[in-house]
Amino acid sequence: MVHELYEETILDHSKRPRNCHAMEDADRKAEGYNPLCGDKLKLFLKMDGDIVKEVSFVGSGCAISTASASLMTESLRGKTRAEALALLEKFHDLLTTDSPVTKDLGKLVVFCGVRDYPARVKCATLAWHTLKSALTADSNNSVSTE
Amino acid sequence: MSTLSTNITAGFDVEKVREDFPVLKQTVHGKPLVYLDSAATAQKPACVVEAIRHFHEVDCANIHRGVHELSQRSTAAYEETRAKTKKFLNSRSRNELIFVRGTTEGVNLVAGTWGRKNVREGDEIIISAMEHHSNIVPWQMLCEITGARLRVIPMNDRGELILEEYAKLLNARTRLVAVAHVSNALGTINPVKQIIEMAHNAGAVTLIDGAQAAPHMKVDVQDLDADFYTFSGHKVCGPTGIGILYGKAKLLNAMPPYQGGGDMIRTVTFEKTTYNDLPYKFEAGTPNIAGGIGLGAALDYINAIGLDKIAAYEHELLVYGTEKLSAIPGLRLIGTAREKAAVLSFVMEGIHPHDIGTVLDRQGIAVRTGHHCAQPVMDFFQVPATTRASLAFYNTAAEIDALADGLAKVKEVFS
Repeated sequence: MVHELYEETILDHSKRPRNCHAMEDADRKAEGYNPLCGDKLKLFLKMDGDIVKEVSFVGSGCAISTASASLMTESLRGKTRAEALALLEKFHDLLTTDSPVTKDLGKLVVFCGVRDYPARVKCATLAWHTLKSALTADSNNSVSTE
Repeated sequence: MSTLSTNITAGFDVEKVREDFPVLKQTVHGKPLVYLDSAATAQKPACVVEAIRHFHEVDCANIHRGVHELSQRSTAAYEETRAKTKKFLNSRSRNELIFVRGTTEGVNLVAGTWGRKNVREGDEIIISAMEHHSNIVPWQMLCEITGARLRVIPMNDRGELILEEYAKLLNARTRLVAVAHVSNALGTINPVKQIIEMAHNAGAVTLIDGAQAAPHMKVDVQDLDADFYTFSGHKVCGPTGIGILYGKAKLLNAMPPYQGGGDMIRTVTFEKTTYNDLPYKFEAGTPNIAGGIGLGAALDYINAIGLDKIAAYEHELLVYGTEKLSAIPGLRLIGTAREKAAVLSFVMEGIHPHDIGTVLDRQGIAVRTGHHCAQPVMDFFQVPATTRASLAFYNTAAEIDALADGLAKVKEVFS
């Protein structure tokens, strides 16, 4: 039933998103947009060399996309750029394949239920696509998931 | 079932009607399907499915060119739909009815042919604030090419067009007024007869997007005096990929062709090609024959029930649904026009439409969530998206009750 999708942690983070604020002195910024739902997200990163020091976001979206952005910000702090991108790949696999759930995803495993809702995968990945855009290009970027 | 809902089913034998729709007899996620997305596409009665099957199994041949039996049968069946559409829209002649893929193509055909020929720099095209993207973008594209200006009739908070403002927009530069008969996102029924008359008084041509009107009310293009009127087959219980563009013969004759190819020509030489007469001038290539035949079966089906009965029954459902949803705390209806078709678009405080849609889906309830291809409407009401329950004559009051119960469940999950 829907409780597998709207797992407790997801509901908690959608109602009380963590690190949900703009960052004036961000080193990297990117914008994400899902034209199908109208979900919008701005991501801010503060880097210490190659390491993600601080992450925050602002935006409007459904419970899945808000919770995903919130949990993502929590899981990125202290990671190197390469580690963050590797985590993105694992997260994407969690949502789109039947691969067994690995422990190194930490809290992010709560999104496991999304794989049974193909129409909602885009909601869960919006923040991560935006992260990729922020980490891989020069500075201000815009990415769209459709 | 409440007393009111019993009363609704008493006037119209909806259970008998539902027997005609095989798709409705299924469960989704273990619950009986409650299909409330007919504004996106209407379900198909068995007779439409059968007509398409019969064509493919028995009569399949190309049309307008063969002397053999099958080609004659398929041509007759396809052209019969044109005759049925003539009655459906009350056009003067079958020659004024062009087969297109759907409403979107109907609008694009007029923008690309009539528009390219008649619209110049400095001219103005008027649309409305509640148009579907398909009645915005083709005109924007035309404006970009020609240097014409797009002007927009505003609406009020109920989602009704403000005709006083429309009157101010009309002037000697107005070439065309293109508006929806019924809004897909709000359900508003626009006073198109008056809108057309005002446009004509200013010397402008009119196009009416009838996609959401044709399934729900009697349309008479002569009474409206519409210059162009277009609708989609799949929203009147026909198949996808087929629709109709009505145009006054005088205008269609003066327009350049749309696409070039077979069927739209009279003679072809490398020096000069002459074009076919109406309606074939606008119908290049092998058309969607099965779709056309399916549309004919759909029009027969709708006519047998009667659009007056359909409109009356759907209005009762709308009144019941409006009452039921309005009673839910935190729910706001978007689109509360006094003249409205059976569309219930709404937002719920603190809950995103996509989450509403997913929780409803798990209870077997199909609704549309998103911007409904009407982003300017969403911007006007300052919402990113809405949840839309759109009703048809095969829906029941009990299904509205199911929707209300479903929304209670939504609130439970996100409380």
